[in-house]
Amino acid sequence: MNAPITRAELLTQLARCVPVEAILSETEDMRPFETDGLTAYRQTPYVVVLPSTEAQVQAILALCNSVGVPVVARGSGTGLSGGALPHAEGVLLSLSKFMRILDIDPLARTARVQPGVRNLAISEAVAPLGLYYAPDPSSQIACSIGGNVAENSGGVHCLKYGLTVHNILKVRAVTMAGELVELGSDALDSVGYDLMALITGSEGLLAVITEVTVKLLPKPQKAQAILAAFDDVEKAGDAVARIIAAGIIPAGLEMMDGPATRAAEAFVHADYPLDAEALLICESDGTPEEVTDEIARMKTILEDSGAIEIRYSYDEAQRLKFWAGRKAAFPAVGRLAPDYYCIDGTIPRRSLGMVLKRIYEMSHEFGLEVCNVFHAGDGNLHPLILFDASKPGEFERTEEYAGKILELCVEVGGTITGEHGVGVEKINQMCVQFSVEALQMFHGVKAAFDPLGLLNPGKGVPSLHRCAELGRMHVHHNQLPHPDLPRF
Amino acid sequence: MNILLQSLMDQVRSAHDAAIPLTIQGGGSKGFWVKAEAPQTLNIKPYTGVVDYEPSELVITVRAGTPLSEVENLLAANNQMLGFEPPHYAPTATLGGAVASGLSGPRRANAGSVRDFVLGARIMDGQGRDLSFGGRVIKNVAGFDVSRLMAGALGTLGVLTEVSLKVIPRPQFETTLEWALPEAAAIIRMNEWGGQPLPVSATSFYNGQLRVRLSGAEVSVRSAMRQLGGEVVNEADAWWLSVREQSAPCFTSARPLWRLSVRSTATPLGLSGASLIEWGGALRWIASDHAPAQIQKAAQDMGGHALQFRNGHPARPHFAPLNPVLAQLNQRLKQSFDPKGILNPGLMAGF
Ligand SMILES: Cc1cc2nc3c(=O)[nH]c(=O)nc-3n(C[C@H](O)[C@H](O)[C@H](O)COP(=O)(O)OP(=O)(O)OC[C@H]3O[C@@H](n4cnc5c(N)ncnc54)[C@H](O)[C@@H]3O)c2cc1C
Repeated sequence: MNAPITRAELLTQLARCVPVEAILSETEDMRPFETDGLTAYRQTPYVVVLPSTEAQVQAILALCNSVGVPVVARGSGTGLSGGALPHAEGVLLSLSKFMRILDIDPLARTARVQPGVRNLAISEAVAPLGLYYAPDPSSQIACSIGGNVAENSGGVHCLKYGLTVHNILKVRAVTMAGELVELGSDALDSVGYDLMALITGSEGLLAVITEVTVKLLPKPQKAQAILAAFDDVEKAGDAVARIIAAGIIPAGLEMMDGPATRAAEAFVHADYPLDAEALLICESDGTPEEVTDEIARMKTILEDSGAIEIRYSYDEAQRLKFWAGRKAAFPAVGRLAPDYYCIDGTIPRRSLGMVLKRIYEMSHEFGLEVCNVFHAGDGNLHPLILFDASKPGEFERTEEYAGKILELCVEVGGTITGEHGVGVEKINQMCVQFSVEALQMFHGVKAAFDPLGLLNPGKGVPSLHRCAELGRMHVHHNQLPHPDLPRF
Repeated sequence: MNILLQSLMDQVRSAHDAAIPLTIQGGGSKGFWVKAEAPQTLNIKPYTGVVDYEPSELVITVRAGTPLSEVENLLAANNQMLGFEPPHYAPTATLGGAVASGLSGPRRANAGSVRDFVLGARIMDGQGRDLSFGGRVIKNVAGFDVSRLMAGALGTLGVLTEVSLKVIPRPQFETTLEWALPEAAAIIRMNEWGGQPLPVSATSFYNGQLRVRLSGAEVSVRSAMRQLGGEVVNEADAWWLSVREQSAPCFTSARPLWRLSVRSTATPLGLSGASLIEWGGALRWIASDHAPAQIQKAAQDMGGHALQFRNGHPARPHFAPLNPVLAQLNQRLKQSFDPKGILNPGLMAGF
């Protein structure tokens, strides 16, 4: 595809939208923007623009729309699905200058923030008021709230406190045509279709988010955690189901398998039991009475489910130590091999044991090691496949293994992505999860916001043509879950 | 495919081919507020049944015609509930209608809205195509979130045929406390308490009385009671039911009943007429003869919007107008889902 105007011309016109310092066009300057958290994909942007006002964003988008130049929005670039991967002939629009917390309303318990504000910075700013912003992705020291909205990010506490979509009230955004819209409101609902819910998780395909009003929650008085070790992952999975069935919604319910536990222990020395084949971290928060009560109930269930060891955090330091290994699990696993590949499928909890078993079996089939770290309470798996990208063919094998795991997630009634988004990474698996008609409807939604298809093209929703090609490929291997569905 | 679903699909397809608009009919329980006047009716009520429910998954999947009360009874038998405490307004209410209407009950400000609990939806679009979005798991970000978009769309984007909802455990213990207070002071208190770690699950202000429901583990409810003081309300369940079902006195007047959704901290709106406040201050009902424009403006000044809920025109429900950019986005979406405009015409903010 050729850009409709020359690069020099585009640069000249962009310079009318923003000060020249806000435009980066030298390859060296653009390097930091080549990739997001999914470093296997890399692309030098055509040009990088760093606006600092909403009006500048409007001008840039209107310009690009009129000359047919694609735009990719970027927050902090921590995304794990290549959502912020630049377009070879497009503008990379960085929101990193939008760093201000505009307003905090302690009585209404809301904060109005610019999209580049880091997730954790919000909780830090409102901590003196006894409030916090609940969704806490592990990347929260770095990721931006704009990126969180674009990905509908979750965190270890989202079983009890919800995802991004449950914790925001209002979004200001600019469409590809350069028009400013306010979605949601300061009230709890608004007129028309729920476009705020629709833009949440839209991966930068519908509009560029320029302001977010988040809800703040009162900080729980107390939090306590249990660390429970099991000699078998299935028993641990069963314990998770029994806790939920008993009517308990823990503040956090995380699992690590044996390999992940040992990697984490070697990395941060959290004192994890090394003989465990599965480790559960169950957290309770609330009033002191409530926490004591809930911890006691969880203890009984864990014992009945066959835990071989149970520990409690007796103070904040110990609680944080329990979490230290879990929070560092990705980098810890990263030390085991030159590269790792993180998967993000979600399954009904009842299939946990079966799916894990298949993941281990496939690990042997593909000859690739795997560690499992996951949000057990939500059924959100993060298998980490270890590989060495410098060995010819190993990355391709890893991608194939990952694809098989995702297809298995769909097969048991789950989804290919629980929180990391589709991006470029899972675009092929979208063809497995959705029918051709549903994909067509996604294109219809996209067209309603961006008729020319210039905002983050090639991400999130596959073209029907792509699925048709893949359809043939999958049918050839005779692995397709729905062979009866029509494909082009 | 299920024979009933097939027949519903055939009806939508022929309506699409002949460009004949349809009134989508569930239990008719919300017809006093919204009901399209179309030449043909698509009756969803016979399409009933629980498709999937395993309590430990915290998810239930139900066909849209299933009576809401049946779903609630099944959940109650497993010590679970719908967190958004949906209003029924008549025993005929269906689950599909509850989702399409987007209405949530007293628990809304604390537990979330119907939108927040939707995990997946199977719909028929305006061409009668059978489409599934979202899923039956709690976390899912594959594709645009079309299933949440269906909540509150009044059936104008698609006919809901199956819905998956997240459910929550029933609280162990509940109690309601009461204080006599002026309106302005009550609004401030609702907001202040909302900012403290208290197990509040509903609030109301009516006739000079602030009522606060506490739900959760018995120990934490009791400790909150000691902290807050106030009088314990007897027969509190009946009160919250009358708020949810709008059988409390302020709802039953013959005047137009307005629903004002505003910023929770909005000061008293100064409109005359019997009124009731819910949702920590964010929802204000008023039975009033004021001109619509005046009520609209009062809501807008407080960061929200107003709509006429009772004693209006169900075929042309009164919504605050959308600004042109938003109106265009809404219309284009409608166009993608229902190109010939046959689904519940006229209901959604005029289209
Ligand atoms: C170590 C690590 C741990 C992680 N843990 C979690 C976790 O626990 N839970 C979780 O959900 N995610 C997690 N992530 C993924 C990632 O941090 C989140 O997806 C995050 O929300 C991305 O934010 P960002 O600002 O980095 O966005 P980016 O990576 O810059 O962008 C992500 C997507 O959002 C779009 N976008 C960004 N800003 C805007 C905007 N203003 N307007 C419109 N579109 C925009 C981009 O185009 C892109 O498609 C983790 C990542 C890492 C590296």
